[in-house]
Amino acid sequence: MTDSTVTLNPIANGELPGHQVELGGDAPLCLDSGAILGPYTIAYQTFGTLNADKSNAILICHALTGDQFPAGQHPITGKGGWWELMVGPGKVIDTDRFFVISTNVLGGCMGTTGPSSIDPKTDKPYGLDFPVITIGDMVRAQAMLIDHLDIEKLFCVIGGSMGAMQVLEWASKYGDRLYAAVPIAGAPRHSAQNIAFHEVGRQAIMADPDWCQGNYILEGKRPRRGLAVARMEAHITYLSEPALHRKFGRRLQEREQVTYGFDADFEVESYLRHQGSTFVERFDANSYLYITRAMDYFDLAAEHDGILAHAFRDTKVRFCVVSFSSDWLYPTVESRTVVHALNAVAANVSFLEVQTDKGHDAFLLDEPVLHETLSGFIEGTVRHSGLAL
Amino acid sequence: MNALPTIGPLRADLQLISDMIEPNSRVLDVGCGDGALLAYLAQEKSVDARGIELSHEGVKSCVALGLSVIQGDADTDLTDYPSDAFDYVVLGQTLQATRSPKDVLETLVRIGRHAVVSFVNFGHWRTRLSLMLNGRVPVPAGNQHGWHDNPDIHLCTVLDFVDLCEELGLKIDKGLSLDRHNQVRQIKTGSQMANLRGEQAIFLLHRE
Repeated sequence: MTDSTVTLNPIANGELPGHQVELGGDAPLCLDSGAILGPYTIAYQTFGTLNADKSNAILICHALTGDQFPAGQHPITGKGGWWELMVGPGKVIDTDRFFVISTNVLGGCMGTTGPSSIDPKTDKPYGLDFPVITIGDMVRAQAMLIDHLDIEKLFCVIGGSMGAMQVLEWASKYGDRLYAAVPIAGAPRHSAQNIAFHEVGRQAIMADPDWCQGNYILEGKRPRRGLAVARMEAHITYLSEPALHRKFGRRLQEREQVTYGFDADFEVESYLRHQGSTFVERFDANSYLYITRAMDYFDLAAEHDGILAHAFRDTKVRFCVVSFSSDWLYPTVESRTVVHALNAVAANVSFLEVQTDKGHDAFLLDEPVLHETLSGFIEGTVRHSGLAL
Repeated sequence: MNALPTIGPLRADLQLISDMIEPNSRVLDVGCGDGALLAYLAQEKSVDARGIELSHEGVKSCVALGLSVIQGDADTDLTDYPSDAFDYVVLGQTLQATRSPKDVLETLVRIGRHAVVSFVNFGHWRTRLSLMLNGRVPVPAGNQHGWHDNPDIHLCTVLDFVDLCEELGLKIDKGLSLDRHNQVRQIKTGSQMANLRGEQAIFLLHRE
């Protein structure tokens, strides 16, 4: 699997675990850009069993480079799912009790329609002909899937980072279709700094000659170097300075002294190079462009005359907002803005800033306080909803 | 699975606060600590219970109990709530730690139809005697801090508080004092007795 010639084979070969459904044949998606998309495929995975009254469904929304495999063995990397610590039998999101749905977002590269999918009009990969999508579009497509699964109301929609943006979008647009919303380490909009980091990543991809103006699949190439650099840069933003220092300090990589050259002298360089090179084996460069763009465009207040509270007017959803003290990508102040907006509509909201030095990625890591808090919140919501779960 | 965890008896002052709150009402407890009052109100009075708490530990235990509590502070995190969002807003032994008690009090009676405020009475005779005899700033029993690092930066007496309510045009519906033997007395406004004998004071207020 680490062979560099292996691309996204399980998908190409139709061996992707989980489910794939074609939607929008008769009712295509009207995207925020004005473009029409349909039919489109949503790839999703489920865990646990849907109960008789279909009240125990939890939708997990993934982050920028996540996918529909939060638990179980990943079909490409062979490793555990990205939220293995959170999702599974007896875990916080208990698959013995809940029916867990996780989709690959629109624009993704794990089976859901995205820029690497075949455009039915041309029988070629979309490439840059794929319409620009938004977080709103991703959620719209998810809602179509939930319709398709014939689930009227989700028990909970939960996600971290970009997943948190989808959660907020769900609560805002489909407030009567969920009991609880858990946005973790998120923001109600992308800041100038967030956009700036994404732009560097996109420029790295587009500067790679193998990107071929987005047509690399047809040209039989892949912009590995550009995508790897984008990943390296982004990965720094997911960690905190203390976490980087603790992990690597100024330690040298398998050498006694610096080489006075540009080899990876430092452990941290070697680590980032590794992060970059493994990432390109499982992710599509154009998907990276489209999904980062969707995040940049996200601004929930903007469509409500700049007043975020109006996005949640009369909401009956129970919220649990979580941030991390050392997250400088989506700092606590962003979550607090959401909390204040929810207060302004007297929404039912819990909010905790978890004290940790692990940075933005803390939502994926072993953070007992996060797990304890979410368990309590889920339990409280079960009690409050009156559902027999 | 569907019941709240069992909770022990409430602290005496919290019990008095709870007695002031009607069942089935909407309550915001500002400075809710470990959530003891909220859990009690939710369970015993079917109250829609919400809380705000500054400490990470407190918020964590509240949310883990299934209570809706946000991490925040009375000075900065109350202003967003709409008027009359709650039937009662409780500020239990927190007023003295706010930067601006007057603003906080005004906000309490705006966002709640009633406010329930409790505080340690700095006019208690022991406090007065302690300053007179020792010549040092009195620190109420149970407070581990010294004068320089005490988070209670705006201590007041029953009379001070009543004056502030008057200044803000607040109607006192009920005033109770509590001493260390859990002896409860009605506070008659204008009377010096409660200010001398009450170690803690609890007021039910609303804006006129």
